[in-house]
Amino acid sequence: MATPSNRITATFDRLRQQGEKALIPYLMAGDPSLADTEALVVALEKAGADLIEIGVPFSDPIADGPVIQKAAERALRQGTSLRGILRTVKSLRTKTQVPLILMAYYNTIMAMGEREFCHEATQAGVDGVIIPDMPPEEAGTLQQAAADKGPCLIFLLAPTSTTARKAEVIKHTNGFIYYVSITGITGAKLRDQDSIERNVRALQKKAGKPVAVGFGIASPDDARQIAAFSDGVIVGSALVRKIEELQHSPEMIRGVSRFTASLKAAISDSC
Amino acid sequence: MARNPAKQSRFGKYGGQYVPETLMPAILELEQVYASVRRDRSFQREFHDCLRQYVGRPTPLYFAKQLTRTLGGAKIYLKREDLCHTGAHKINNTVGQALLTKRMKKRRIIAETGAGQHGVAVATIAAMFGLEAEVYMGTEDMARQALNVFRMRLLGAKVTGVDAGSRTLKDAISEAMRDWTTNVRTTHYLLGSVLGAHPYPMMIRDFQSVIGRETRRQILTAEGRLPHCLVACVGGGSNSIGLFYPFIKDARIQMVGVEAGGMGLASGKHAARFAGGVPGVLHGTMTYLLQDRHGQVSSTHSVSAGLDYAAVGPEHAMHHDSGRIQYTSATDQEALEAFDLLSREEGIIPALESAHAVAEVMKRAPKMKKSQILIMNLSGRGDKDVTQIAQMRGIQL
Repeated sequence: MATPSNRITATFDRLRQQGEKALIPYLMAGDPSLADTEALVVALEKAGADLIEIGVPFSDPIADGPVIQKAAERALRQGTSLRGILRTVKSLRTKTQVPLILMAYYNTIMAMGEREFCHEATQAGVDGVIIPDMPPEEAGTLQQAAADKGPCLIFLLAPTSTTARKAEVIKHTNGFIYYVSITGITGAKLRDQDSIERNVRALQKKAGKPVAVGFGIASPDDARQIAAFSDGVIVGSALVRKIEELQHSPEMIRGVSRFTASLKAAISDSC
Repeated sequence: MARNPAKQSRFGKYGGQYVPETLMPAILELEQVYASVRRDRSFQREFHDCLRQYVGRPTPLYFAKQLTRTLGGAKIYLKREDLCHTGAHKINNTVGQALLTKRMKKRRIIAETGAGQHGVAVATIAAMFGLEAEVYMGTEDMARQALNVFRMRLLGAKVTGVDAGSRTLKDAISEAMRDWTTNVRTTHYLLGSVLGAHPYPMMIRDFQSVIGRETRRQILTAEGRLPHCLVACVGGGSNSIGLFYPFIKDARIQMVGVEAGGMGLASGKHAARFAGGVPGVLHGTMTYLLQDRHGQVSSTHSVSAGLDYAAVGPEHAMHHDSGRIQYTSATDQEALEAFDLLSREEGIIPALESAHAVAEVMKRAPKMKKSQILIMNLSGRGDKDVTQIAQMRGIQL
């Protein structure tokens, strides 16, 4: 297979050899502008991000809490579109080889067309896609379209997932498993870390694929605890809130970088 | 995948189960539980007993003599869903789903509402079955349907305003889905129309089909023959599919669904999904969707909150493509004229949603023969809209 899936897999492999865990920050593309997104991706990598998730704004984000919803509204007011985001990724690929993963609601992909999306995204240098409203049951044609050249389709598991569903997702996910830490939406409060740990460890044993944990990880402390037993930590709402606070400040990039570095330090601490 | 639900969960290419993983187990549980009660005699008996004794079914099929004479064409019958308890067809579905909630041993129900009719039906049924209820409603809709907000609160439901997006039905559904994602272990999402992930569109159509089954019996008793044409308004599409479904195999019966034409199709301010939309995915289902070329869902407009939604039930999408059901629209203005006409001719104040169907009857009946029969679903009564209409006419109540 061509480079895309290998960038994700290679990163997890490298980290495992070094005894480290992945820090995966999430940004909303186009918040506050696509030019800022481009600068932020570069800065996040420098600050210690191992993979970066780029949110594609959608008008009706049912899996997201208020922080990401508002970021999507800001991005859409800027006229951000999937095609514009792919142009940004293409431009980023002249500057960085950090694995880039889009998080997109299915309708934005369907509007472009599954085949065209897979082709354009791979060409631009996108490594993976997470579609929060597409369970494996509905992914058949997109999986076919992505089978040749990518991008990787990364599926999610949740605390409510049954044993049978876990087996299906393990089989279908490509790159890593996105474990949703809480029964809820993005930005909710993290709780019951013992049961997250039990679930993640059981998954790792069965899957033979990396398991990254997201939803509700807001602070270096949270990140440290989750990193202790997972392969990666995804931080979205907390970072997006930081960008929201600093969106009009010349210190935005520096402030977001500092927060990212503090997350990375905490994660490295736990290993 | 080992199991291939794609075929079972779809109407042609529409429908499906586009929901976050957290909800999938609950959707699959609902699918299973519903499949087990669908042909279960004791469940069906309980459902129909409740429809008879609490909802007040069967509702009359009323021959609208004055309207027939005024329009001068087909014989017009009105299926009087406005006479259901709480004033609209919405309660049929809430009875069915409340019984299911009990079977799933859940104690809390949540719902979205646009015009407030579904919210009132949910609050009512929650009171009757002893369930906790929370209803999400766009703040724009809360303003234009203040009476129904108060009714829900009187009935003991919690009404939560949604201030996101366009502050209408679409945003209320998104927020209800977020609540469900968070509380899925204890909560049933009592969706109000033939929308959302499978099995909702099929299940709600089944619960609403009581409308068409009664109508079929009643028209055969009254006229000894089947109607020529059925007309109903289409928001999500539950009252229309409820009327149409038991007639769908009678190929000679014409069926017309009326969408909200808002300020006119050319204005872009409407909710006519078949005129202005293309297939897409919203709130768990693939169907016709008003959206821009990037896949962002469009804002819609209608004078009636219950039709003001960017997507339509997936079963309608299939019948649109096959041509089995014809879809048209009525503008705000036409609906308001129809509202007046039915009030004055028949002494029946229709819901603004149903007034869209009346507007289509006004266009269609005069072109039909006097020997032909047209049945319109009068899906709800207009009491809830009286304040809004007065305001539009500059009258202080």
